[in-house]
Amino acid sequence: MNDDEARPRAPNKERVPMPRLLTLLPAAILALIALWFAQFIPQVAAGEVITWARPWIPGLGIEVAFLIDGLSLLFALMVTGIGALIFLYAAVYFKGHPKLTMLLTLLTLFAISMLGLVLADDAVTLFVFWEGTTITSFLLVGFDHEKTKARDNALQALLVTGLGGLALLAGLILLGAEAGTFRISEMNAAGDLIKASVLYIPILILIFTGAFTKSAQFPFHFWLPGAMAAPTPVSAYLHSATMVKAGIYLLARLTPALGGTEVWFWTLTLVGAITMVWTSVLALKQTDLKLMLAYTTVMALGALTMMLGGGTRYAVMTVAVFLIVHALYKAALFLTVGLIDKGTGTRETTQLGGLRREMPVTFVIALLAAMSMAGLAPFIGFIGKELMYEAALGVETEPLFVATAALLANANMVAAAALVAIAPFFGARIAPPKGPADPSPWLWAGPALLAVLGLAFGLFPSLIDGAIVTPVVQSILPGEEAVYLKIWHGVNLPLMLSLLTFLLGFALYYGRLKVRASLRSTNFTGGLDANEAYELVLKTFKRFAAWSARTVQGGKMTVYLRTAFTVLALLMWGAHLASRDAFSPPVEGLSLVPLVICALIAVSAAVVLTTGSRLYGLTALGITGAGVAILFVFYSAIDVAITQILVEMLVVIILAVALVKLPTMPQERNFRAGDAMIATALGLGVAFVVASVLMQPFDPRINEFFNAASYPEALGRNVVNVILVDFRALDTLGEVAVVLVAAISAAAALTAGLRARKKVDK
Amino acid sequence: MNSTILQTATRVLVPLFLLISLLILWRGHNAPGGGFIGGLMAVIAVALYALAEGVEKARRLLRIDALSLAGLGLAMSVAGGLWGAAVGGAFLQGVWPFYGYVPGEGTQGWPVGSILLFDTGVFVTVLGAVCAVLFSLEDAVFSEQDEEAR
Repeated sequence: MNDDEARPRAPNKERVPMPRLLTLLPAAILALIALWFAQFIPQVAAGEVITWARPWIPGLGIEVAFLIDGLSLLFALMVTGIGALIFLYAAVYFKGHPKLTMLLTLLTLFAISMLGLVLADDAVTLFVFWEGTTITSFLLVGFDHEKTKARDNALQALLVTGLGGLALLAGLILLGAEAGTFRISEMNAAGDLIKASVLYIPILILIFTGAFTKSAQFPFHFWLPGAMAAPTPVSAYLHSATMVKAGIYLLARLTPALGGTEVWFWTLTLVGAITMVWTSVLALKQTDLKLMLAYTTVMALGALTMMLGGGTRYAVMTVAVFLIVHALYKAALFLTVGLIDKGTGTRETTQLGGLRREMPVTFVIALLAAMSMAGLAPFIGFIGKELMYEAALGVETEPLFVATAALLANANMVAAAALVAIAPFFGARIAPPKGPADPSPWLWAGPALLAVLGLAFGLFPSLIDGAIVTPVVQSILPGEEAVYLKIWHGVNLPLMLSLLTFLLGFALYYGRLKVRASLRSTNFTGGLDANEAYELVLKTFKRFAAWSARTVQGGKMTVYLRTAFTVLALLMWGAHLASRDAFSPPVEGLSLVPLVICALIAVSAAVVLTTGSRLYGLTALGITGAGVAILFVFYSAIDVAITQILVEMLVVIILAVALVKLPTMPQERNFRAGDAMIATALGLGVAFVVASVLMQPFDPRINEFFNAASYPEALGRNVVNVILVDFRALDTLGEVAVVLVAAISAAAALTAGLRARKKVDK
Repeated sequence: MNSTILQTATRVLVPLFLLISLLILWRGHNAPGGGFIGGLMAVIAVALYALAEGVEKARRLLRIDALSLAGLGLAMSVAGGLWGAAVGGAFLQGVWPFYGYVPGEGTQGWPVGSILLFDTGVFVTVLGAVCAVLFSLEDAVFSEQDEEAR
């Protein structure tokens, strides 16, 4: 796992690295946006909701709508504020890297999508930005696309979150149809109506699928650790404060519309609890610091899901506080892992030890952030954990289950925090691959600020409780009273649980080597974990795709044509047999000349079917075409007749060229009975359909209009041409475009085939 | 294909065909014809030339790459439509600056306008597109034959 992502690659002359100052521009812009959002804090704290909407697809009631309330403001501040620090970090971390421009561009696009997602007040607007985060995160995870692993993991993240996105779209559409609006704020106001609807359960399943895939909840938890193939700054941004929180955001946002029912409670509590406990166990199994952090992120997301399921005042307070806690310490720790990687050349715990004297700054940052993660006083993490226990004990139906799950996961979290912050810096010194030394202040400034904020908010919770936490709680639970956070709640049950957590956590830390060894040797799931199930599904799909391509697209023109014509013939016969209209072929009024021409066409068609020579076949085919053209002339469709003849001529020319390369036919004389049947069925089918169309009463209004308007209005006497170039010119334009596209593809296919064959010959 | 008869005939036929194809394009608005048919006629002229003189010479006859020619044609059609949008008020609306209909007397003036530009675009697209396919096909067939002959 020790990849050299930060090392500049072989110099590439085409890509000139951006000047340093310019690479800081995205960070500066994001910081300005963060400040702009910060000015809304007093307004939102006073209970105001700022909205902005413009019509987008008025016919469907879809708007581009945005809203700033407590919840979206918190997320917007995290996306822009933490984003600015991470952009700064990324610019320094990848200084001189040939793809830095690309990285910053993608990160900026991602930040825009994420910001749009958390501000959207229209379900469709939200979905568009949601997909934006999916696509940009795919590109970011696969940033080192030269590596197979990065490509595979990016694809995995895309498939899982992309499929979830489809479910979400369906869910949002159902929700919009049921609520009669796509405005999320109006959906939230219509919560009782939605919960009483028969579609409530389907809506819930679809939206849960979207949220669980995005936020890596069990059983979709496997993609997030895989996404650690991304460069470290990307993981710090996407997998701490932003993208993976999108699912949590969605659940929180829709709580008034969907929450509070038994299904809601049980699904979120169970899924959240399983995710939380299971991934916190998996975290202890890892030796790569970054992977360990990835699993603890999933654990934190599980905790948030579980608390949203609880839905009580304390549970929602926990969500609000824990969102802040987690964003601060997790971004800081991811960035710290980047510092360790940069300063030592490795992220493996087994290769790190005793570094605290040589990397003092990194050590202090890691310690501060990890203490918040472990939930030690006086960090904000402590308040978050106390609230979680308070909420768990207050859950109406199963407090014991929820509290036990929280206790287990938190104990593992303490151990994981110690593994990140203590193990690399204490103990016997292990010589790392390079260094070790603290990286430049530009690099550690960001994580340091985040870690210090974790301490500051813990010491002075009044900084955030009225301004940030209360509006968030009120967005999720409308009408809830203001929140006051305290660090010291007195000696009570949550405090006892906290102490128990630390004891368990430190016990796990001291036995870390044994714990890891036993976890690694135990096979929990009988050899099939979620990741392998994913691989299996993917492999099955690929096999099916290969089989269907081999079967349906064999590459033989004759098979394609036979299939197409058979289907067409069956359709027409089906339509003819299914119609109940009495049918009589229009035989009267046929004169001799057309009949003779028809006979000629029939004879030439028979020659085509029986001849053993392609040249004869081609000539006979030409005669059928010419016969049809004469019929057109006979019924005074001159333009069509001319076109028909010219096309026939061209077909002969083109086929004559192709004939040179075609293999000779297998037999001298072969009556192709199958083809004869298809041709007969198709011909008769067309005849029947045309005859039945002619039997319908004819509405002459369109003809009369064209005939009357052609000369005076379009200044042309040839009605056919006037229709083509004036009345229905848009159709013609489309057809001409198709001609061009077909020519491009045909020319490309022919040239490519030529090149491929030449290569084989060599 | 080295046939003296074909080559001699081609020298006369190709200009004739091309002239006729333009005539068909021009008269299409009032009599059978138009851009599509005219374009096909022009393709046949080029195809004949390619058969008699070879693909390379036929390419030089067109002067610009066949696919680019087709693209140019589509651009002309779109330009005709935009002309209509700019002057006539709707995309593809017919605009005839020097031409008009007088009741009782019929049309008067020069029949030149956005519709002719549109139809010329169709002509050029068809010419370019079909020639492109034909040339690639001949390349694919005959270049391999040459190699086999060696």
